[in-house]
Amino acid sequence: MARLNPEIDHLLRRAGFGISAAEVSTYQDMSFAQAVAHLVDYEGRPDDVDARIGRQDHAQVNASNDRSGGLFSPDIDIDDARQRWMFRMIHSRRPLQEKMTLFWHNHFATGFSKLANESGMLQGAKLLAHKPGVLRGPQGQIELFRQYALGNFRNLLLEVAKDPAMVIWLDGNTNTRAKPQENFGREIMELFTVGVGYYTEPDVYAAARVFTGWNLQPSVDYTNDDYGSMNAYQEFRWRPDQHETSAKTFSFPIYSDGSRTIQARGESAGYQDGIDLINALAMHPETARRLARKFWGFFISEIQTPDPAFVEGVAQVYLQNRTEIRPVIRYILTSPWFTDPSNRFARFAWPVEYVTRSIKEVGWQNLSLDKVRSPMAAMGQLLYEPPNVAGWHLGVNWFSTGTMLARANFAATVAASQKDFLAASLAPEVNSADGLLATMLDRVTPAPLDQGPQQALMTYLLADGAWRGTESELTTRASGLARLLIGCSEYQLV
Amino acid sequence: MSVSRRIFIRDGVATVTLSLAAPSFLTAIANAQGIPSRRLVVVYLGGGNDSLNTLIGYRDAAYYSRRPSIAVPAGQVLQVGTDASGMTMGLHPRLTGLANIYNEGRLALVQRTGYANSSRSHFEGSDIWGTANPQNSTGSGWLGRYLDTLPRPLDALAAWNTTGETPRALLSGISGVPAIPNASTYTFGSPNRGQAALQERVAAQTMAGNPAIGRPHLAYLNDASRGAIETLDRVAQASQYTPTVVYPNNGFAGSLRTIAGAIARGIGSRVYWTTTGGYDTHSEQGGGGGGAYANLMGTLGDGLWSFYVDLRNQGLLADTTIVVFSEFSRRVSENGSGGTDHGAAGVMMVLGGSVRGGLYGTAPQLSPGHPTLENNSGDVHYETDFRSVYARILDNWLGVDSVPILNGDFRAGAPAVF
Repeated sequence: MARLNPEIDHLLRRAGFGISAAEVSTYQDMSFAQAVAHLVDYEGRPDDVDARIGRQDHAQVNASNDRSGGLFSPDIDIDDARQRWMFRMIHSRRPLQEKMTLFWHNHFATGFSKLANESGMLQGAKLLAHKPGVLRGPQGQIELFRQYALGNFRNLLLEVAKDPAMVIWLDGNTNTRAKPQENFGREIMELFTVGVGYYTEPDVYAAARVFTGWNLQPSVDYTNDDYGSMNAYQEFRWRPDQHETSAKTFSFPIYSDGSRTIQARGESAGYQDGIDLINALAMHPETARRLARKFWGFFISEIQTPDPAFVEGVAQVYLQNRTEIRPVIRYILTSPWFTDPSNRFARFAWPVEYVTRSIKEVGWQNLSLDKVRSPMAAMGQLLYEPPNVAGWHLGVNWFSTGTMLARANFAATVAASQKDFLAASLAPEVNSADGLLATMLDRVTPAPLDQGPQQALMTYLLADGAWRGTESELTTRASGLARLLIGCSEYQLV
Repeated sequence: MSVSRRIFIRDGVATVTLSLAAPSFLTAIANAQGIPSRRLVVVYLGGGNDSLNTLIGYRDAAYYSRRPSIAVPAGQVLQVGTDASGMTMGLHPRLTGLANIYNEGRLALVQRTGYANSSRSHFEGSDIWGTANPQNSTGSGWLGRYLDTLPRPLDALAAWNTTGETPRALLSGISGVPAIPNASTYTFGSPNRGQAALQERVAAQTMAGNPAIGRPHLAYLNDASRGAIETLDRVAQASQYTPTVVYPNNGFAGSLRTIAGAIARGIGSRVYWTTTGGYDTHSEQGGGGGGAYANLMGTLGDGLWSFYVDLRNQGLLADTTIVVFSEFSRRVSENGSGGTDHGAAGVMMVLGGSVRGGLYGTAPQLSPGHPTLENNSGDVHYETDFRSVYARILDNWLGVDSVPILNGDFRAGAPAVF
């Protein structure tokens, strides 16, 4: 007895982060098609989530570190930035925008530590999370991903190539005429677009030369000191004098006439080299297929391998729409693969998905998001700190005894923090263990429980003998039940 | 149900440990597998250790000319004698603990270990050391394959990984290794206390015992849950350990303390894995007196010395061998930023109560053109294949045939450290 039509519950877990009790009314009268439109065409929903930070009826945030004088500073403190993003995922009225931001964060995986090593803690955070408004400097990488969440992939790829965080992360800043640097040139093909098997080592050298001169310019007040000026910044700078101007030939077509060579250009026109390569990579059919396979894992199933018909269908929509992502995602969410009931709970929740969904479903009263960071690290996912440029190891790779225990113990933390709230909101069920279990299963949404686990839950509720119906019994058992349900294996599937 | 229990409260969350019947059953399995007997502790130096500043040829003039700002002055090294090629060697001054162990005859320094065409990539390099396969480093690990040779059912704690992610070396198709970074947080949390908390644990264990027929992906997660719950109590025994020495206050020493607890409490793990990082010293690594590399050496040497003495005090040293390695060493010449870039062959260390200590192999000599170097004398050329050190450990310490595990015979030329 799910709270909404099971198809919409499924949609909200996949295209969002689950649903809180407060959000039920938003979706309960919608058809599936209306719900898809509500999520996909999110410009119609207010982008007011950051303005709600600090409200008592929302999850709480706290300044993580002292150095900002106790002020919550998500533009310049990475731990505060982590809290702001968690807050957005829990409370945004545009959940698919945040979900796709997360997808791009993994796809263009950029790690804070290296940025902080090279630029200091403050600038490292700003490079990733700066939301323009108060401080000077370009927007942080995550704001770029939010802006392009369902935007045009080719444009996103170009912006990523110029994104200061990416330029530092993949050493574009040292990519100069005398010493072409291969790091970005390799990854834009291996990880961001076509994938292994569709480019050659000489393509890597050529791509490195294409991006020579795509460097950074620090502002005059910039220092790489941990506590440097918060208004300082680095921005993208095209340096014609550092561009290597000779012709670059690839193993795949660069232009629509099939030609594979970017002809030698003068310094001043050399920026076009990068545009030409990005256009070619974005429109490459293997990029379309590779994105389709990643979307399969993200939206459809990690248990079944991608259906070739799905891959071709998605690739076609992507190419026909000139790399626009919105029609691709609309196609996926309304496809028969998405609505196939056998694909429900066929993904392994990322730690961030698991944590946000459990908070949304159990409650967030007085829960500080500063407290979720170290449990998430123990589960293997610290936001803004992917293990390397290939992103996190997804699927079953999230799970070991240690990470499973970390998830179960986070369940205990959430249940403990919501003890009184759970008891109050479940007060009508005080008279019956059956009613309590049924209502709890209406609120938290694990994959279907077999008879054995259901029995174990009922045994737990009645472990002291018959249900007595006291307030203290309800308080104890409701939180214990929440802990067991959020911490069980079935709940790790999404 | 008769239980002994301890309950801790943290952030309102009670964590419960208790001893049920299961542990004695599991201990029986452990005993049937010959445990507790010999054990191996693997220490991975993450990032590529600069071996030339770990074990220093301090009379080699080229050492000083090629490393003008990071060379350790001859007067500061901890002398360890002369090797077979006549090179006079000394340990980094912050490795006082290792020098003590060396002087007790229990530290083997295996010079110039590596393999042909050493990878310069951290990922590939550590995978090659993990798989013991320079040609294809994507498969299972050498220690995972060792675990696969143990009788079934395999004890859930046959190996103990103190890091969050399973390293390649411990990967296996059939032998899971629990990741237990910290024994004291490897506990079952509950929002309640007392009986209710214990009842939750029973319920969680029952739920995880569901075979999940027809849902193998769910069964996989249940296995992980069960593996955690079933090992909690034995791990808790390790967390209740009081060492005989004071360990330094850092993550590496903490992990060694956890391992010492597991050994002292008779947990019976055959293989322990720990790591200490920060070895990717591209810039400002410093010389003898201070700086980043000296701090790394201090962490390594002080941690290992505490561990060594702690085990020795309890008579546990004779059955313990520690092996220390890194994915590659670093370039001979320092770079423009006072650091060193990715290089090739380096020093492996093997230490413990049954190790025959000493200098093994021959040191690199750093003057350009010397045959101990390669890559236009930019790097150290390997002399001892790292797999022959593995072979010695497998054959002569863990008591299994190294040939199938290493997919080849590397016994010839193995340093006789046991």
